[in-house]
Amino acid sequence: MDQMHTINEVKQATEFVTRIISAYSARPESLISILQDIQTQYRYLPEDILRQVATELGLPLIQVYGVATFFRAFSLTPRGKHSISVCLGTACHVRGGRSVMEEMERQLGIKNGETTPDMLFTLESVNCLGACALGPVVVIDGSYHGKVSSGKIKKLLAEYSKETSRSKK
Amino acid sequence: MVTISIDGIRTVVPEGTTVLEAARDLGIAIPSLCHNPGLSPYGACRVCIVEVKKGERSTIEASCTLPASDGLVVITNSERVRKNRKVLIELLVSSCPTSKTLQDLAANYGVNRIRFAIKDKNCILCGLCVRYCKEQMQSGGIGFVGRGTSRKVATAFGVTPQECRNCGGCEWICPVCERACTAANLTNGLCGGCQNLMHVETCELCVHCSESVNARGHRVY
Ligand code: SF4
Ligand code: SF4
Ligand code: FES
Ligand code: FES
Repeated sequence: MDQMHTINEVKQATEFVTRIISAYSARPESLISILQDIQTQYRYLPEDILRQVATELGLPLIQVYGVATFFRAFSLTPRGKHSISVCLGTACHVRGGRSVMEEMERQLGIKNGETTPDMLFTLESVNCLGACALGPVVVIDGSYHGKVSSGKIKKLLAEYSKETSRSKK
Repeated sequence: MVTISIDGIRTVVPEGTTVLEAARDLGIAIPSLCHNPGLSPYGACRVCIVEVKKGERSTIEASCTLPASDGLVVITNSERVRKNRKVLIELLVSSCPTSKTLQDLAANYGVNRIRFAIKDKNCILCGLCVRYCKEQMQSGGIGFVGRGTSRKVATAFGVTPQECRNCGGCEWICPVCERACTAANLTNGLCGGCQNLMHVETCELCVHCSESVNARGHRVY
């Protein structure tokens, strides 16, 4: 699902996008909402789909592309199933956010900003999540984990990968 | 019609006129970079700033986006304006030292040092190209991509879009896409060379004013 391969998948995607766009009555002002729905479905915005959105809304592609690159909520590259944000803000930095990030990078085998090859995790840094008292803070899929130490990371990651393998069965 | 005062000159202009236009109609020189009479006002470069008097106090505003309104009192060339403008030009040059337009601006407004780190981005985000493409060519081939420090002018996915009419207007209007100034190789990022040191050809009536700025090779033809 992360990369569309078969003709069938492409067809499905095209129909899906058309459905979303007509749900917003193809209004160009709804561009952001449309992109949000697509991002939720695919966890990124594939190029073909952006082209389709531009055509169906009657907008120049660059306008759609500009919006897609402006907001952090949108991604142009495939993202993992779980998104991990490690806070590197001032307070978290002082409390060891840097080493939490390094440990994450080591355990996942990817660098900040990358996605694991199994498409399970995307690792990112943020600058302050407004929960400084809990620092260092790590947010995974919207849930906050405070006072994270390098030791805790293994357990945290295991929880999320386990949950995935369970749901696969 | 509205009545405003610019540098002590009372003038009556139609509603909707900007202070920049009103001043230029009076022959008052205000520099501008991101303004173009054929395009919508944008207010990105800020070099067109003027001082607006409000009783005892005054504010600094961009004249290209400031509509003339009744009773407005504007000073275009106060100490405060000049000081602020110099800093703005410094910032612009530091982000694009190879632009001849910017180097000339710096030379003309007496900027003689750059206190900011020189980071040549080859673009000052003035938005002229984007507006030209959209408003004059009805094309929308290029636009702003990304945000913050990574904001730049680009095409979608880095390929020339089918909307592009190959008019070349975006390059033509850009204050930066031109024969590169060599200033980047000079110390402190400033040159001023074209203004002061190049061969200047003058007519018989020349009063040699530019000798005061040390013009070399000044010659009457
Ligand atoms: S050359 Fe293309 S991108 Fe540039 S202004 Fe013309 S239509 Fe727009
Ligand atoms: S490319 Fe040139 S015209 Fe376009 S925003 Fe940058 S400086 Fe302005
Ligand atoms: S610095 Fe990390 S939450 Fe504020
Ligand atoms: S000309 Fe007014 S802000 Fe650029």
